[in-house]
Amino acid sequence: MEPGVVLTMRNIYKTFPGVKALQDVDFTLRRGEIHALMGENGAGKSTLIKVLTGVEEFETGEIKIEGKEGTIINKSPQEAQMNGISTVYQEVNLCPNLSVAENLYIGREPRKGGFIDWKTMRRQASELLDSLDIHVDVTSAVENYSIAIQQMLAIARAVDMSAKVLILDEPTSSLDDGEVEKLFTLMRKLRDQGVGIIFVTHFLEQVYAVCDRITVLRNGTLVGEYKVEELPRVQLVAKMMGKDFDDLAALKKEGESAKVGEEVIIEAKALGHKGTIRPFDLKIHKGEVIGLTGLLGSGRSELVRAIYGADKPDEGELLVKGKKLQVNSPIDAMMNGMAYLPENRKEEGIISDLSVRENIIIALQAKKGMFKLLSKKEQEEFTDKYIKMLQIKTADRETPIKQLSGGNQQKVILGRWLLTNPDFLILDEPTRGIDIGTKTEIQKLVLELAEQGMSVVFISSEVEEMLRTCSRMAVLRDGSKVGELEEKELSQSSIMKAIAGGED
Amino acid sequence: MNKLKKLTTYRLFLPILCLVLVLLVNLITTPDFFAISVRDGMLYGYIIDVINRASELVILAVGMTLMVAASGGTDISVGAVMAVVAGVVCNVLAGGEQSVTQYNNPYILGILAGIAVAVICGCFNGFLVAKLKIQPMIATLILFTAGRGIAQLVTNGQITYVRVDHYKVLGSSIKGLPLPVPFFMAIIVVIVTTLILKKTAIGMYIESVGINAKASRLVGLKSSKIIFLTYVFGGLMAGIAGLVASSRIYSADANNIGLNMELDAILAVALGGNSLGGGKFSLMGSVIGAYTIQALTTTLYAMHVSSDQVPVYKAIVVVIIVSLQSPQLKKWFKKHSLGKKAVNGNEVA
Amino acid sequence: MSGSKAVKVKKKIDGNAFLLLITIVLFFVMYIAGVVIFNEQGFGKVQNFLNLFISNAGLIVIAAGMTVVMITGGIDISVGSVVALTCMLLAWMMELKGIGAVPATLLVLVMGVVFGLVQGFLVAYLNIQPFIVTLAGMFFARGMTAIVSTEMISISNETFLSWAKFKIYFPFGGYLNRKGVMIYPYIYPSVVIALIILVLVFVMLKFTKFGRSIYAVGGNEQSALMMGLNVRRTKLKAYVLSSTLCGLGGFLFCLNTCAGFVEQAKGLEMDAIASSVIGGTLLTGGVGNVFGSLFGVLIKGTIEAFITFQGTLSSWWTRITIAALLCFFIVLQSIFAAVKEKNKH
Repeated sequence: MEPGVVLTMRNIYKTFPGVKALQDVDFTLRRGEIHALMGENGAGKSTLIKVLTGVEEFETGEIKIEGKEGTIINKSPQEAQMNGISTVYQEVNLCPNLSVAENLYIGREPRKGGFIDWKTMRRQASELLDSLDIHVDVTSAVENYSIAIQQMLAIARAVDMSAKVLILDEPTSSLDDGEVEKLFTLMRKLRDQGVGIIFVTHFLEQVYAVCDRITVLRNGTLVGEYKVEELPRVQLVAKMMGKDFDDLAALKKEGESAKVGEEVIIEAKALGHKGTIRPFDLKIHKGEVIGLTGLLGSGRSELVRAIYGADKPDEGELLVKGKKLQVNSPIDAMMNGMAYLPENRKEEGIISDLSVRENIIIALQAKKGMFKLLSKKEQEEFTDKYIKMLQIKTADRETPIKQLSGGNQQKVILGRWLLTNPDFLILDEPTRGIDIGTKTEIQKLVLELAEQGMSVVFISSEVEEMLRTCSRMAVLRDGSKVGELEEKELSQSSIMKAIAGGED
Repeated sequence: MNKLKKLTTYRLFLPILCLVLVLLVNLITTPDFFAISVRDGMLYGYIIDVINRASELVILAVGMTLMVAASGGTDISVGAVMAVVAGVVCNVLAGGEQSVTQYNNPYILGILAGIAVAVICGCFNGFLVAKLKIQPMIATLILFTAGRGIAQLVTNGQITYVRVDHYKVLGSSIKGLPLPVPFFMAIIVVIVTTLILKKTAIGMYIESVGINAKASRLVGLKSSKIIFLTYVFGGLMAGIAGLVASSRIYSADANNIGLNMELDAILAVALGGNSLGGGKFSLMGSVIGAYTIQALTTTLYAMHVSSDQVPVYKAIVVVIIVSLQSPQLKKWFKKHSLGKKAVNGNEVA
Repeated sequence: MSGSKAVKVKKKIDGNAFLLLITIVLFFVMYIAGVVIFNEQGFGKVQNFLNLFISNAGLIVIAAGMTVVMITGGIDISVGSVVALTCMLLAWMMELKGIGAVPATLLVLVMGVVFGLVQGFLVAYLNIQPFIVTLAGMFFARGMTAIVSTEMISISNETFLSWAKFKIYFPFGGYLNRKGVMIYPYIYPSVVIALIILVLVFVMLKFTKFGRSIYAVGGNEQSALMMGLNVRRTKLKAYVLSSTLCGLGGFLFCLNTCAGFVEQAKGLEMDAIASSVIGGTLLTGGVGNVFGSLFGVLIKGTIEAFITFQGTLSSWWTRITIAALLCFFIVLQSIFAAVKEKNKH
């Protein structure tokens, strides 16, 4: 191995049934660097991580790590850890019921006469955390601390176990800016101590803020490895997407906006839900596509969830077509013409074992009520209609939805809501994790629907996408709605500015 | 399409295979198992006995299937609820006496009281599971233990007898019907339930909630209401089963009515090819499962195994079936067959 | 910093410790109430208090095992049947097979280990719901008891009976009976064994890697796995421990009854689960303490004593009261969990 290199992966191949997940992928990590692993969903970055950490087996290729002779094959995350490769995931990594100290040392507790030496454990824990500038009470249970602190504790644990390679898998998704900054400070500190860090994230800004190198994957193949300063943002995006910006721009809608009606469909007055979204006012007109923008966790999803009754609002009022509406649960919202495509397709969208047909008709059925079953014929007609209209690729309408690809699952859910013929459609990240073709289809569809008079709330992490579809935007920051941008004000920079906040 | 066909056939494949297996064993060990004789227009024989005795189990299995599907947990209180219902019905009919030869209260009053108590038990379980989100088996553990105590209290610790021919009807045979009444009770329950599932959307609601409660809520289903309903229905089924069981012995024996039935009912559901984790279900599978269990029980009795000892064999069957359903084991098998394939693939390459 | 620390400590007491506190207070209130109400019948005697331990020595041990399993997030409802099987095997081996008391006792402990291994394997390695596995175990053990013998077998083995009758007197706390003889309070060795086991399990849970792994697995299985703990083996061991303690508890139980019969210890699983839950073990796992479970057992014993002293109530009331109490604590737990969840948001 070359000097300074802690980890090399060479010619890695991995296939899942029907998918070539990794083809001839190389990856190199040097000591004391933060290395971003970038790629669209389905590019293979999570597969690469899984192969490295022993969650999945790979078919051919070799992995070498500094200090070990020959190649290593990790069969489990534990084995990877013993080889000096630790991973900190976006979700929980700790046991919430145990104390901070114990979470740091469990499985390798300091002993005295065969028994756990609690005193020493606490002392060591305090010393470790002090050295990393993490200030918490080591005897308190972990569940008393925020996700950000929990992430840092997980990192501290990984590092203390003498990790040569630290993998951070989307650790910043649920953190606010301040917390992200603290995490970056910790990462830089570890880098300076010589740890090699693999950073998986979908936030471009963060890559440029903290990383030294970038490896880009696309469709299971390696696009290349670049130094951060040699790869401008636009090029990075182009490499990830495998397209030039011109292609994308082709879809950009014509100068004038769709004709927005005067009629107000939805009006929120000081609507709020404790702990997720502070009271906000919002008016949505007929035939309008309004975008909600803000960082992840800024309250975008929480705002629509309060309107839809997914999180029952505990203050303020909601007017639907001028009439006051008490929304206790989603069905109330649905009965008043609302529809909601949730952000998390797998957990909140699809009903995995049910067929495409059942997944499409279920919302309409719920609206009609338990005792008014749609006839078999109606069900089939509706299903066929949306399979055709949205070009859903499925063997037939009785195929369980879980066997469909992500994009097609999303179309099924879209079909489910269109079938209820809503006046007001909420789309929360409808294009996340979906191939670019489907993405543009969905964007086009949204514009068509608005043309026909439907009001749409569109939420996306991709600003370009929002610019293409929305005629107005509401900006959120830290759980509050902080402003609105009219169509003529909409531009990349104005949105960025609004999201970031601060003085003009 | 082919795959789908495979799947649907697979769903009923396991239960039918088990039934055939049990019957095969009998064919070898007790050939007269299949002999059916006719006396006074009534059919007799081991098979008829199985069909008759399985009735309560079929009724329970119907309720259990829906509870399992919606909540991913089993109700272990059904046997105890049967005992409570029997106690209440007999006590109402006997008007507090220990043994009567005629009704002290109208029959219909007794039945209604029994059904009401069954529904209340179902509501209690349903409240704990659906509203308080307590694991179903722990929630129903409360009635499982307390139930027989309550039944004892209702009957004052004695066995209450209702020696009225009319009362025995539900549990015996009547002229003109070739098969015993309990069989028809079971069939009616199955048909009515099937009709409800066919003619309303409740079946899809139950599956949907059982598969993904969060997503179900967002499409407008009230999962707690649906789970609650299945437990009320399960209680009702236990009540009907309790009526039949009590009618058979024209008494309320708090210690023995519905004893060990909870295991049989769970077993029937599992044998029916239904996942005990909830989600998609097959009512017919459970019904076949129930008859299989009864065939197994009758077989064991025919082999002179005492009723105290029968649970040993059933426990073994349960373990085997749930083990076969275990994804871990499936993975292990897959790995082994895949491993072989991979080796072959390499050779070709 | 110190301010926030104080808040956190208070939070802790609000939750799990508070449940335990309720239990301890409940026990003392109940016991004092008993002393006041049944004073004339002698509820307040030291011996009456010790009887709580004597009649529940087996349950203390079994509840300790149950607590361990429940901390992992599982449950073991086979315990009552395993106790019946243990007693029956003891009686059968000593009476019908002429096996000595010592080897018979060792053999039932081995039986407990084997039983736990099978249940643990099914739960930990095949990922079958603990409830289903132990429900099957419950029926299996009860049926096996009937296979050994459907008749009741009384134990007449002298060694065994000498163990059962051996009294350890306290040198104090005595009283003069009507004949003017000083009667000292006493306990049986079973109580000593039970309390030793209790301390051992406590130390195991608090000071060994295995003990902490049990909490970790119950807190978050996925995390425990990621932290490199052997989740499966931990669970397996927990079930083995539970069944082994069941074998031991069955032995202690048998010292009280000196007989084996099919219906023995029916519903004991409920007592053990109720004791754990009342003693502050969370049904969702991750939290629990064997001393809490001891108080759970004592509460159950006090209820029994109430019903005995009252004299006219049927023994079924014990079961119903326990079930009601269990229900109460389950509801309490679920309310606390809901409050906690709400505070998080």
